[in-house]
Order: sequence, then C-alpha cells, then structure tokens
Amino acid sequence: MTPGEGVDRVTRAGIGAIWRIESPRLVARLTRLLGDLATAEDVAQDTFATAIGRWTTDGVPDNPGGWLWHTGRQRAIDVIRRRDLQHDRYATLANTTLAEPDMDILIDEHDIGDDLLGLVFMTCHPILSPGARVALTLRSVGGLTTTEIARAFLTPEATIAQRIVRAKRALTDADVRFEHPGRVQRSARLPAVMEVIYLIFNEGHAATAGEQWIRTDLCADGMRLGRVLTTLVSDNSEVWALLALMELQASRLQARTGPNGEAILLGDQDRGRWDRILIDHAMKAMGRSEELCEDAGPYLLQAQIAACHARAASIEVTDWTMIAGLYETMSRVAPSPIVELNRAVALGRAFGPAVGLGLADQLLDVVSMQQSHLLAAVRGDLLENLGRFAQARQEYERAASLTANDTERVVLQAHAARCATNEPQ
Amino acid sequence: MRFMVMTYGDEQSESGAPPSPEMMQQMGQFMAEAAAAGVMIMSEGLAPSVAGARINFDPAGKATVTDGPFAEAKELIAGFAILEVSSKEEAIEHSKRFAQIAGAHRVDVRAMMEIPGQ
Repeated sequence: MTPGEGVDRVTRAGIGAIWRIESPRLVARLTRLLGDLATAEDVAQDTFATAIGRWTTDGVPDNPGGWLWHTGRQRAIDVIRRRDLQHDRYATLANTTLAEPDMDILIDEHDIGDDLLGLVFMTCHPILSPGARVALTLRSVGGLTTTEIARAFLTPEATIAQRIVRAKRALTDADVRFEHPGRVQRSARLPAVMEVIYLIFNEGHAATAGEQWIRTDLCADGMRLGRVLTTLVSDNSEVWALLALMELQASRLQARTGPNGEAILLGDQDRGRWDRILIDHAMKAMGRSEELCEDAGPYLLQAQIAACHARAASIEVTDWTMIAGLYETMSRVAPSPIVELNRAVALGRAFGPAVGLGLADQLLDVVSMQQSHLLAAVRGDLLENLGRFAQARQEYERAASLTANDTERVVLQAHAARCATNEPQ
Repeated sequence: MRFMVMTYGDEQSESGAPPSPEMMQQMGQFMAEAAAAGVMIMSEGLAPSVAGARINFDPAGKATVTDGPFAEAKELIAGFAILEVSSKEEAIEHSKRFAQIAGAHRVDVRAMMEIPGQ
C-alpha cells in the first residue's frame, strides 16, 4: 500500500455532510464561549475552512467533531484574549487591575443540549422578524448553508445571506447574549421556537403561492428540527406533539400529488401511499406527549386530529365525531375562525352537511374569512352535498378566484365544473 | 432522503447472550447522538438466527425451509436503523460513527426507494 492510500479522502459532499452534522453543536458551544452568535459563526466558519484544507490532504480524523471543537475553541480563546487586551488598554488607563479570562466557561463539560437550546432561543429571539428567525434557525441550528436555504425558499442566495447578516447584527445591536436556559425561560421561550419550526415545516407543506404545491425539503428540515427539540426539551408535551403533528401531516405528502403534479385532497388520496414509518414514529411521539400533558395544548389537539385520519382506512370510516369534539376543545384552547371552519367540516361529516353549513355560515360575518378561499371551498362542498349545485358552483368558483395556489385552483375549478353538470337545466 | 443502515452479526450476537454493559452503554450513546441529530426514525435489533428460518426456492418454485442457526454469522443482518438525512454522504457519516462506537466490522448503507411521480 502506498502512503495515503488508506486515507479516508474527503469529498466536497463529505465535508458538506460533516458541516450539517457538526456545525450546530460547534456554533452552540462557541456561542456559549463567546457570548454572541455573530462572532461564534465567524469562528466556526474559519474553523471549517481550516478543516477542509487539512482534511483534503490528511484525510478526515476519526472524530471530526472533536477536532473541530478543539480547533474552534483555540480560536475562540484567541478572540477572547484579543478582546481582553483591548479592554486592558482601557483598564490600564483607568488604573484598574486586569482580569483573567473566565476559565470556567472554557470547561468542556457543559451539557451540549443546554448549549443548543440556548442557541435556539437566540435564533428564535422575539426581536427578530419571523423571516429572520426562520433563516437564522435553519442556518445555525439546522446546519444548512445559505445556498441550501435559498434553494428551499426559491429565493436568491444574496437575499438570504443579507437576511442572516441583518439578523445577526440585530442580535448584536440589541446585546442579546448567550444564556443558559433556566426553567422559567424555557417555558416562556419555547412557544416561539415551536412556532418557527412549524413555520418552516408549513412553508414546505403548503406552499402558499406559485405552482409548487409541496416543497418537501423544508418539511424534512422542520421535522428534523422538531426531533432535535424533543431531545433538548424531552419533558414538554407540546414539543412532542409538534413533532407528531408534522410527521402525521408529512406522512400524506406522497399521496397529496398526482402524477401530473395536481393536488389530491384528503378524501381522494390513496391511503396505501401514506408513509407508515412516519405515522408509526408520530404515534409514539404523540404517546409521549399525552403522557406528559395535563390539559392538551393546541399542538397535541391538532396531532390527535391528524391521528384520527391516519388511523382511518377511508374518509367514510373516519371518526368525525371525535374530530368534531377535538375541534371544539381547540376552539376553547386556541380559538380562531380557521378552527371553526374545520369544526364545520367535521360536523358536516359527523352529523350531516346542514349542521356543518350552519356553523360555516356564521363565519360569513368574520372579516378575515371574507377573502379566504377556504371558507368558500368548504361552503361549496357542504352545499354540493346538500344538492344545492348552483350555489355550490358559485362558491367553488369564488374559492378558485381567491386562492394563490395554482394547483389548488385547478382542483376547485374541477369541482365547480362537476356541480355545473348537476345543475337543473 | 431515507437510508436503511444495516449492521452484521458476529459470534457474540449469534450466541444470544445479552450484549456487554460496555456495548449497551456505547449503543446508548450512539442512539442518543443520532436522536439529537434528528435523523433516526426507526431502529430495530434482530434476534439470533436460531430464532428464524431461511426459505430457498428451486427453479421449479418449490420451497425448502431451513431453520436457523446459519453458519455465517458475519453475513447475517443483526440490526437496522432508518435514517432520514439530506444526502447519502450524511447517511455515511452517521453510519461511520455508529460503526466506530459499536465496533462493527461492516455496515451497509442503502438508499430506500422513493415513490416515483414526486
């Protein structure tokens, strides 16, 4: 064997994989060490650049994470020393004693989970806009590159890069420093984190505009972050429920699109194409959530509703009475017109379209629903089931004109056409 | 992307003796790491081949059932995990770590079929 032959030579893609796995931990630990995220990211980038240079000639070490942390920490200490030196100049002028860097924070034995959670709380910080939180979380906690994030959002890379730079600057300007999350802080900050993760997932699950119905990469990223969060905060019912909810919704992704990219609605989906591995994982996560909860929170209720569908062999044998009940609880825990609308659908299925329509009609007065294609689509469905085809067609057409999603519009127009053929001549 | 990562057996796994405490501890460490990375969606271990059987078919389609155990411990799948990752390289990277921790002599990383039409 010639020298180097046995070396595990690293490829670009291999480096990418190591970055994806190691960068969140590295950035989290460096942020704990340095206090601010912007500097930590810079140090992490530098460390990785060094690693690439070294690994392409010498091969990847057995423990790349350890190597990165060792190298990154050394750089961070240099940064702290330089910072202190700067500080010392002023200190000497002011004739005060010099402080040694706080060596306690250099100890490795901190819980990496706490470091990561502290990082998530920074990237989901309330001073940031939702768009900035999403981009920063995907990058720092998800380990995605700016290029990958831009591709997922169908946005130019420069836009995402700028968004991330601005977000980091905003954190620095507001002097948001790394803190180890205490119990109180956990419960106060977790909802914002879950919201960001669900936002990422939903961006993929229901592309709001344009031709693409589903962007599966973002769904995968959302679920992955959701899984990570369950390991960081394993005693929170809603964290497990969020994961279950995302996985249950994602289990239907394959069945939601036909061969030509057209949307297939729940009732028409081939349930054999639902992803049983994900459903299984989701049901376990939901079980954990149920064990941990006293009163079901909004994510658990939504997961339980999704689970009713996952268990049912068809739309007809679905437990709509239970779903209607869960929506009723939802309307107390987290009331919204959308919840009411879904309750109307469930009531229509459980107790007949007239009952559903009764509730749906009440929503006609709600301002936010008046321009929503959803209300029109639901009313169209209920009216069609009542045999009121002319009105149903009008509602479907209205829904088609209101939706921003191209594939959804095609489905709604098809429903309108179906009603037209049933109208009395 | 989904990958199935399969590990192969040895005399130890085939003997049916419970894994050593060190092994359990190492496996636990890997499982915790994979879970923390958010990539593991399923993992199962297989019982020794003595608990199973092999079915061979001759060219005419006639089945012959042979009960375990089978001789080649190192050719027998001892356990598998399903990973949801962003690339094959990532699946490989996770599997390498697993193999290092578990002291596995071989790990197969196989891409799972994606349903066409997506």
